[in-house]
Amino acid sequence: MAETDFLVMRNIHKSFDGTQALKGVDFSARLGEVHAIVGENGAGKSTLMKILAGALQKDSGEVILDGEPVSIKSPLSARRLQIQAVYQEFSLVSHLSVTENILLGQMPTKKNNWMVDWDEAHHLAEQKLAEIGFTGLQVRLPVSSLSVSHQQMVEIAKAAVTQPKIWILDEPSAVLSQEELKRLFEIIQVLKNAPALILYISHRLDEVFEIADRITVLKDGELIGTVKPNETDENQLIRMMVGRTLGELYPHRSPKPGQEILSVKGLTGEKVYHDVSFSLKQGEILGFFGLVGSGRTQVARGIFGADKVTSGEIRLNGKQLHIRSPRQAVKAGIALLTEDRKKDGLVLSCSIVDNASLATMDQVSRGIFLDIRKRNERVAFKVKELSIHPDQINTIVRRLSGGNQQKVILAKWLLSEAKILILDEPTRGVDVATKMEIYRIIGDLADRGIGIILISSELPEILGMSDRVLVMKDGRTAGEFNRAQASEESLLSCAAGVAS
Amino acid sequence: MSNAENKKMGFGERIMNALKGFYANFSTGQIRAGGKRQWVNYVFLLAFFILLFIAASLTDVFFSYANIGNLLRQIVTNGIISLGMLVVILTGGIDLSVGSVVALASILVSGMIQNVGLPIPVAILIALCAGGLAGAVNGFVISRFKLQPFIVTLATLGAIRGLVYVYSQTPITPQDPAFREVFGTPILGPFTLSIIIMFIAFLVAGFFINRTTSGRAIIAIGGNEEAVRLAGINVRGNVMLAYIISGTCAALAGVLLASRLGISQPSLGGGFELDAIAACVIGGAILGGGGGSVLGTLGGVVTLGLIDNLLNLFNVQSYYQQIFKGLIILFAVLARRKDK
Repeated sequence: MAETDFLVMRNIHKSFDGTQALKGVDFSARLGEVHAIVGENGAGKSTLMKILAGALQKDSGEVILDGEPVSIKSPLSARRLQIQAVYQEFSLVSHLSVTENILLGQMPTKKNNWMVDWDEAHHLAEQKLAEIGFTGLQVRLPVSSLSVSHQQMVEIAKAAVTQPKIWILDEPSAVLSQEELKRLFEIIQVLKNAPALILYISHRLDEVFEIADRITVLKDGELIGTVKPNETDENQLIRMMVGRTLGELYPHRSPKPGQEILSVKGLTGEKVYHDVSFSLKQGEILGFFGLVGSGRTQVARGIFGADKVTSGEIRLNGKQLHIRSPRQAVKAGIALLTEDRKKDGLVLSCSIVDNASLATMDQVSRGIFLDIRKRNERVAFKVKELSIHPDQINTIVRRLSGGNQQKVILAKWLLSEAKILILDEPTRGVDVATKMEIYRIIGDLADRGIGIILISSELPEILGMSDRVLVMKDGRTAGEFNRAQASEESLLSCAAGVAS
Repeated sequence: MSNAENKKMGFGERIMNALKGFYANFSTGQIRAGGKRQWVNYVFLLAFFILLFIAASLTDVFFSYANIGNLLRQIVTNGIISLGMLVVILTGGIDLSVGSVVALASILVSGMIQNVGLPIPVAILIALCAGGLAGAVNGFVISRFKLQPFIVTLATLGAIRGLVYVYSQTPITPQDPAFREVFGTPILGPFTLSIIIMFIAFLVAGFFINRTTSGRAIIAIGGNEEAVRLAGINVRGNVMLAYIISGTCAALAGVLLASRLGISQPSLGGGFELDAIAACVIGGAILGGGGGSVLGTLGGVVTLGLIDNLLNLFNVQSYYQQIFKGLIILFAVLARRKDK
């Protein structure tokens, strides 16, 4: 072990209810590096990080910081040791201003000691933001009025007040577009040069290769190895993560698009998108690519009747549709898997069977009376088909992993026998193995003749899955590419508005 | 579970499974896979048995025929109101107007019988419809304009009370003895028709919540309204239905109370909403939606009724009863605190 190791975690054990989450992990990292931690869901990376952040207590093992053994009993003691975690769920008070959030608990006061010195406060907040290389934000605005990526910057600026030596960034990129990601990486460079240790957790391997100085792979609660990005490649990393060769990430398909099933002409929403036209054939996977804020999600919601559409026409099998509510869309055979499953995709407090049957209760009832047996049989069948784990249909969905939660939503829409499936970021926050399964399922569905619209911020996903790609920019369709024309460069330059 | 597996199990196991299944049918999907924290679901049972034990050891009056009948008659009102309240709480809402609806139904049924001279069934029907209508107004305003249920039902709590006084500022006493006798005469052991109605109401509610499309939709709405809307379910209609159920339940309780008391005061029912909410919470309902069960609510109702009954038997002043009730509610919530 090098002397320069600032953080050493030795022989860390942790178990929950009898299952070993960490089986003696030895992990070390240095100041001034971005150290990525990768692994499938359940590999133990969050557990390890939470122990470091004081959110969980280890069963045994020791943590050594700068040569001194330390005990981290709570998030507060972690903070005293200058360890700072930034989680996916922000800890911001949404109706307070940026200033108040950054300076929470340490607002400057005037000489009389009890009045808030607002001028000084705003000035300080701007300064804190500038320190992480972020300028131009209106610090007086309430946090709720900011975009998600700006909220994340505020979160980081707030954390930076304590001048952490160790940063734990848990899936910081999950909500960011390509461009925002660039900005985040710049900020990470600033933080790293403080100097500090950046522990970076992500599912997106391409990012990890871009930002990390070293990569540590965890699997089933054990540390598999630590590698340098220039000494490995994605395939090797995936092998380390899943313990076997996975084969191709994307399924091989020979698409045979049938008749046109959906045609959208001049669709215009209340604010975000204008004059969007496209068509979709049976058995076709149409990729929807664009930067966050380009209107992809809104178009999907408009077609599905979740938001109001001001003008334009939607034709299903040539027949004009007037969809004013999701209810009518579901009846017409359209399904939408939303981008944020916890926000509007699942009822977390309900069981698998309740969630999976939500859209199809009419099909398993006589009048108002549910046929429980029929409902349970149908759901159990889908649970098996999609290999949802656990397969107990009464399990509360909250207890499932992200990938399995996503499969429950897929089960819901498969049961509805939708003809058109709109998938908005279907693999967000899902581990590699489950990703592959979801890709396979999507491919199967297309082969069965279902028309699929695949919305994604991940270029490889769009390129790997789509038969045709539509690019959106600033609420308009900016270009259409068939499989042969679509490449990383062509799509990105089109989405960013660079003439190619 | 397949039949083959069923045969392999011992008799005891099968009984246990049947019991679990029964409980599962009446809970709302709150069953946890890990058995660790399941005991909190039985908090009310624990409280119930402790109270029963105290009762049995300290007094012989408690198990008398008369007292049991009395106890059951007393819990009918809160029992039926709590059922409606539970359905509303399951949607993530709350109904503060139930006390005023009780008064409205009570004064209407007495007024229709005594002053208008309508037949008893017609009078009851009118009172129930009035309650349903009050619920429909609550539900419509809440679901259509997306207002907070707390505020909306706080407004109707006041407005309906005013309406009651507009109708009659003085108590009305229905002279027809049949109105008292039909609900108040023991017909099955100590069980009067009002008690039987309450138990039937609990069965119907359990069936509604677990076996109907609307029931499942209502539970899901309380968990995540937007997800339910995007699944193509009529959220507005189902929320409105929940408030109509609550209003109708409160009206039914009002009718039965008028029959039991023999007089309808316009001031009747103040604070009833708190007892109903308390019963639901003791029984495991989560304010804001996402949990609650019919069986639990029945447990909450009985527990609250037992406390009143026992303290009455021991001649404890009602002020102390209030304190004791408050403590029980806090205990129930505390026991569940880590459950989220």
